[in-house]
Amino acid sequence: MPTKTKFELKTGMATREAFGKALAELGRRNPDVVVCDADLSKSTMTNYFAKEFPDRFFECGIAEANMTAIGAGLASGGKLAFISSFSCFAMNKGFEQLRVTVAYPNVNVKVVGTHSGISIGEDGPSQMSIEEISLACSLPGFVVLSPADEVATRALVFAAAEHVGPVFMRTGRLKVPVVYQPDQKFEIGKAVEVIEGTDVTIIATGLMLAEAIRAAETLEADGVSARVLDFHTVKPLDRDTIARASAETRAIVVAEEHLVDSGLGVRVAQAAAETRPCAMEFVGLTGYAESGSPEELLKKYGLVAPNIVTAAQKVLSRK
Amino acid sequence: MSQSPSLEQLQDICKQVRRDIIEMTGAAKSGHPGGSLSAVEILVTLFFGGVMRHDPANPKWPERDRFILSKGHACPVLYAVFAEAGYTPKDQLKTLRKLGSIYQGHPDVRFIPSLEASTGSLGEGLSLALGMGCAARLNHSPSRTYVVLGDGESQEGQIWEAAMFGSYHKVDNVVAIVDYNKIQLDGFVKDIMDVAPLADKWRSFGWHTIELDGHDISALKAAFAEAAATKGKPTAIVADTIKGKGVSFMENNPKFHGVAPTADEVKLALQELQ
Repeated sequence: MPTKTKFELKTGMATREAFGKALAELGRRNPDVVVCDADLSKSTMTNYFAKEFPDRFFECGIAEANMTAIGAGLASGGKLAFISSFSCFAMNKGFEQLRVTVAYPNVNVKVVGTHSGISIGEDGPSQMSIEEISLACSLPGFVVLSPADEVATRALVFAAAEHVGPVFMRTGRLKVPVVYQPDQKFEIGKAVEVIEGTDVTIIATGLMLAEAIRAAETLEADGVSARVLDFHTVKPLDRDTIARASAETRAIVVAEEHLVDSGLGVRVAQAAAETRPCAMEFVGLTGYAESGSPEELLKKYGLVAPNIVTAAQKVLSRK
Repeated sequence: MSQSPSLEQLQDICKQVRRDIIEMTGAAKSGHPGGSLSAVEILVTLFFGGVMRHDPANPKWPERDRFILSKGHACPVLYAVFAEAGYTPKDQLKTLRKLGSIYQGHPDVRFIPSLEASTGSLGEGLSLALGMGCAARLNHSPSRTYVVLGDGESQEGQIWEAAMFGSYHKVDNVVAIVDYNKIQLDGFVKDIMDVAPLADKWRSFGWHTIELDGHDISALKAAFAEAAATKGKPTAIVADTIKGKGVSFMENNPKFHGVAPTADEVKLALQELQ
C-alpha cells in the first residue's frame, strides 16, 4: 500500500453498486450462488444478479424475517446464499432469524446491508442504519465487514464468499471516493495501513476512511504525522495492528458512521485496553439524525475530516 | 427404509415412542410432553411408514428427504424417533435436558449433527424448509422437506410470510404438517389467540390443503402420497390431534404443555401404554 502518497480521492461508485456488480460477477463464477432480496433489489443492486440469473434469485417480498430463514435453508441445502436489504431492515427485522437460524447453528449465510449510515440522506432516520455494527458483532461467529470504497467492496464480496460461515457486510448508498488501486489485496481480519504515521493513529471504517485521509493531510500540514488504518473488518478485529498502533503512536482516534456507543470504537478500545492502552477519542454518532442531503448531514452530525482533525488534536493533548 | 412396516408394527412403534416420551420427560423433571405425544403418529409415519427417504447410516446423504421440527419444544418425540431409527443412542434418552446430553432442551445441530435445524424459537422452521426445498429444486434433487408446525406457533407472523413465499415460488417439494392439538402454554388456543379456521387460511395462501385425523396412520400415509403427487404448490396438512394423546390424564390437559409427569404419573402413564 502507498505510504504518504497524495490521494486524489476521485468519486467512484457507491459501495452498494460495487456490491451489486461483484455479486453478479460472483454468480458467473460460481453456479451455487443464490440471492434473496426483500423488494429492494433496484436499491440494493442485487438486480444485476437477478437479471442474469433469475432462477437463482429469490424475491421474498417485504418480509425480511422469512427472507433470512429462507437464506439459511438455502445454505443448509448446499447453496452459497446471499441475502440483502437495507441494513436497517436486514439486521433489525431479521435479527431473531439471524440469531437462531444462522449464528447459533453456524450456517453459511452472507448478509449484505445497503443504505447504511446517515449518508442515505433525504429518507431520514427510519431508513438510516446506525446500530447494525453493534448488532452484527453481537452474533457469535459472524464476520463483520465494512468496506470503504468500490475496490474494497468487490474484493470483500469475494472474500466473504470464500469464507465458510456467516458474514455481514455493510454498504452505503452515497457515491464515495476511490481510495484503493484496483490491485489492492484485502484479507478478512487484517487492517490496511493506508498512510504511515508516528504521532497519532486514525482508525476508520466505511466512508470515514476518505475523511480520515483528508484529516491526515491537514494534520501533516501542521507537522503532525498521522497513521491511517482502514478497518474494513470490524469482526474479527485486527488486535495486533491496534496494539502496535497504540504502542507506536500512543494516541488513537476512531471514526465511524455509526453510533459511537456501540460500534468499531468501543471494540478498538477493548482491544487496546487488553493489549496496550493509550489515549483515545471517538468520532461517530450519538443519536438519530434527520432528512437532508448526505453532505449536509455528514457535516451537521460531525462526520467529516475537520471533526477528525479536532479529535486528533484533542487526543494529542492528552498523550 | 427398505420395507415399510405394517400398520400394526407402526402402532407398536408409536406406543414405544410414547413410553420414551414419558420416561424422558419424567427423568428430566421438565420438558413438553403434551405436544410431543400429539405428534407421535405424524413423525412415526414419516420416519417409519415408508414416506421419508432417509438413511440413519448415512445421515448427510445429499438426496435424503429432510425433516424439521419447527415446534422445537416437542423434541422428546423427535429424540425418541431418532433413537428408534438409529440416528442417536437409545440408552441416553433419559439424559434429556441434562448437562452434556446430546438431547438438549430444544433440538440443537451442534449436539446432533444429523438434525436438519436447530429450532426452539417458534415460527422459523417453515422458512427453513422452503429454503431447503428451493435448494433441492435448483440441485435437481428428488429431496422433499417435511416440517411440523404447532397450532400456537401459527400465531407467529413469519409463518404467513413463509406461506406466501411457498405458494408464490411453487415450492411443491415441501409439506407442512400442523399439529393442531388446540392447546398452547397459557391455555386453549381458541382462548389465547384463535387460529381457526386454520385449513381455510392455508387454502387462501395458495397451499394444497388436507385435513385429517393426525392419529390415523393410514390417513397420514395417504396424505403424504397426495402431497408428493401435487405439483405446482406446496402442501399443508392440518392434522387434528389431541394434546397428551395416549395417556388419559394428560389428554386435552393444558397443564402438560410444559410440565413433566411426576414419578407416580410416569408409572400410571406407562401402565396405560403397555
